[in-house]
Amino acid sequence: MSYVFNTGEALLALCENEQLPLHEVMLRRELELTDSSRAALREEMHKNLTVMRASIEEGLQAEYRSVSGLSGGDAQKLFSRASGTFMGADAARAVAAAMAVVEVNASMGKIVAAPTAGASGILPGTLLGLAEVRGWKDGSLIDALFAAAAVGVIIAANATLAGSEGGCQAETGSAAAMTAAALAHLSGAKPAVCLNAAAIALQNVLGLVCDPVAGLVECPCIKRNALGAANAMLSADLALSGVGSIIPFDETVDALRTVGRLLPSDLRETARGGLAATKTAKEITKRLGLSAQAE
Amino acid sequence: MQVFKTFDIIGPRMIGPSSSHTAGAARLAHLAWHIAGEDVKKARLTLYGSFAETGAGHGTDKALLAGVLGIEPEDTRLRFALLLAKEAGVEYEFLFEADAPGPYACMARIHIEGHTGQITDVLGASIGGGNIRITNINGLEVEYTGEYPTVLVQHLDMRGAISAVTGVLFAAGINVAGMRVFRQAKGQIACMMIETDTAVSDALCKQVRTCSDAVLDVRTIDKH
Ligand code: SF4
Repeated sequence: MSYVFNTGEALLALCENEQLPLHEVMLRRELELTDSSRAALREEMHKNLTVMRASIEEGLQAEYRSVSGLSGGDAQKLFSRASGTFMGADAARAVAAAMAVVEVNASMGKIVAAPTAGASGILPGTLLGLAEVRGWKDGSLIDALFAAAAVGVIIAANATLAGSEGGCQAETGSAAAMTAAALAHLSGAKPAVCLNAAAIALQNVLGLVCDPVAGLVECPCIKRNALGAANAMLSADLALSGVGSIIPFDETVDALRTVGRLLPSDLRETARGGLAATKTAKEITKRLGLSAQAE
Repeated sequence: MQVFKTFDIIGPRMIGPSSSHTAGAARLAHLAWHIAGEDVKKARLTLYGSFAETGAGHGTDKALLAGVLGIEPEDTRLRFALLLAKEAGVEYEFLFEADAPGPYACMARIHIEGHTGQITDVLGASIGGGNIRITNINGLEVEYTGEYPTVLVQHLDMRGAISAVTGVLFAAGINVAGMRVFRQAKGQIACMMIETDTAVSDALCKQVRTCSDAVLDVRTIDKH
């Protein structure tokens, strides 16, 4: 019997037939694909969790500006007035934590790509931002990260996670989908509900373009991570309330792929379209002495 | 269909902002530092193509400089490279060239003068996801990714040179994982790049250096 799945349908079948939670199927898949032991896999994920936590703490201190000088300190601003926000203090702190990680990334700090450096704030920010109030311990957070990775491997195999290939929907959209599934998982939801949450998160940002100003992973990326965290919480809440995604997860991933292919290259990380092509963006690019384009 | 695994999705742990423009650049220069095999006195760092275009905003310059200072690619001191170079008394200059001297978008040439006066010149590319490829070492075309401990032997392209070197490694019980020989022209300077399963000690390195008159120089690089 093999635990290697590459679609949501196959993942749900494995969970159902074996009566296993999502993260357990993902762990068994990994054991099958690598020579690692269960303990080593969990330890490796724990190392990721440790760096994630440190990057949030560093970012919320707002000590550094980005290398370009374009950004920095915005996470701290939102964090400071979290209790006065429309979305509520807990959600605002999670969103601020997501922004903090990407600010750290832009200032040459250490982060965990999740799934990319550009979208690295959404998963750790949301999970760790809510961990304290929700009472989630490291063991369950590690389970949730494996559950998130299960969603990630399916999107990577059937569509893409790279902004340069599929636009920002593929990058911050996928991170939000992974996070939504992880949140549902942490709330004790069944695997099908987790995938519903992931599908809704992707559907909410289908078509989102990748248009980084001056080719730098800062504007709009930091705010797109803020949106991704909010999207993940909203999508998890919808799914947990019993709202269905109507279009199943796998078909949503197919749509992500086809929409990505339809996006012109100007809107896929080349910094030639969207916000990157605005008058202000051009002025910023000129001021920074940069001429666009980056990974 | 490509099969992705957990840590392809969540990971790597890296210094931002860009896996190609920061992490890859740091790794490239750090390998050049290993190849130089000594402390650096002067460094001339040339950024080509996309490195030249957007490198400044991604800290590519700092990442390259940190690498030649011997700072590990995952070290958070990367962002202070300019300051650390000044403190260490390392002279450096950055050059920016729009056209890359190879078929890659992100390339850099790392020209190092060591404290003994020895020159090391490394050209390489950042090929995405933090992965790199070194394409030229001291004027010799090579193809090197730094995934194994490696012995680099500069030698005269003479009969017997290769078997002398591999003989020494064999006698020491070192298993060769892969080996390639690059040469400019027949009978001239050539380079053996020997990837091994276990690291080669300094003592063994000296033995390789003296095993044949054809051997001109030996450097070792640890696995990355
Ligand atoms: S706009 Fe592009 S670079 Fe920025 S987060 Fe989105 S996909 Fe990444």
